[in-house]
Amino acid sequence: MWVWIVVAVVGVATVLFKATGPLFLGGRALPARAQSIVDLLAPVMLTALVVTQTVGGDGELVFDARIPGVAAGALAVWRRVPIVPAMVIAALVTALARQFA
Amino acid sequence: MRPEAPLTATFMRRIVSVGRWYVRVVTSDARPAPRVRDGIRAAIPLAPGPFVFGLSFGVLAEAAGMNAVAAVAMSATTFAGSAQFAAVSVLDAGGTALAAILAAVFLNARYAAISVSVASIFPGGRLRRLVESQLIVDESWALSGRSGRFEWPILVGAGLLLYVLWVGSTALGTLVGGALDDPSSLGLDAAFAVLFLALAMPYLRGRRAVQATALGAAITLVLIPIVPAGVPIVAAAAACLLGLRR
Repeated sequence: MWVWIVVAVVGVATVLFKATGPLFLGGRALPARAQSIVDLLAPVMLTALVVTQTVGGDGELVFDARIPGVAAGALAVWRRVPIVPAMVIAALVTALARQFA
Repeated sequence: MRPEAPLTATFMRRIVSVGRWYVRVVTSDARPAPRVRDGIRAAIPLAPGPFVFGLSFGVLAEAAGMNAVAAVAMSATTFAGSAQFAAVSVLDAGGTALAAILAAVFLNARYAAISVSVASIFPGGRLRRLVESQLIVDESWALSGRSGRFEWPILVGAGLLLYVLWVGSTALGTLVGGALDDPSSLGLDAAFAVLFLALAMPYLRGRRAVQATALGAAITLVLIPIVPAGVPIVAAAAACLLGLRR
């Protein structure tokens, strides 16, 4: 039930975001203040997700096998390894660390 | 009487004509107008990425307790990887539906800005523009602007191919996810952390973006032990208010 509410609300919101320019604004630009906030949303939210995916737990910070995996993946991204291989490296290192933990 | 003279003149004419040809080739106006087919072709080299992400979104959705139909419906309506992953990872961590919705909506707000940048290339009536604007994703948008100005056939062609891949691979992923005993042992959680990191990298140009991102990360770290799952990510969005500072 809740899952369907998430699917519906996120779906409708995204449809409206994508239609903003072509449908509602024509050729006009976003207001400058809105634009300066919107520009920052993607990096800020994505990085917050990196943090929760790496050390997030059930009401606590958890430092476990994800850390070496994310570190290895981050190193790969930094060395300009494409996204999919970098993800595979992170998953492999974490899976291995879990095996030996 | 110098036999070279006419030769030199011919040579000069040749150079001029080559120069004109070069100018014609490099200025996009002389290029034949691209077709939707060209957009599909342009997106083929990118295809493995969305395919693997869609596959893993299906697996992750299954692991988060989202049923297969809902996962495919989300790919078909939202069609934006990072927001879908965000919503599912909040749900997977035990966060509320509201936190999942807010995290995804904040992430997709960037499409308002992206769609404004290509607003003028969409032809036709309101319904057609509404439908075709749904094919705007990061990749189709980036490809459509490669020639120096945004081109509708490229955006629509690339968007169509990516859409089919995304929805299809999500469906496949839910099947794979259902067959796996314990997807969490695979290290998918770390893989998604790296996906989010890689997606964030291109945005981290300029001091303002780095400051806001560091502040957002700090807010998240501090709040994880204090508030319910999902809330830290939503609260991190407050860091974007730095954008208002002059």
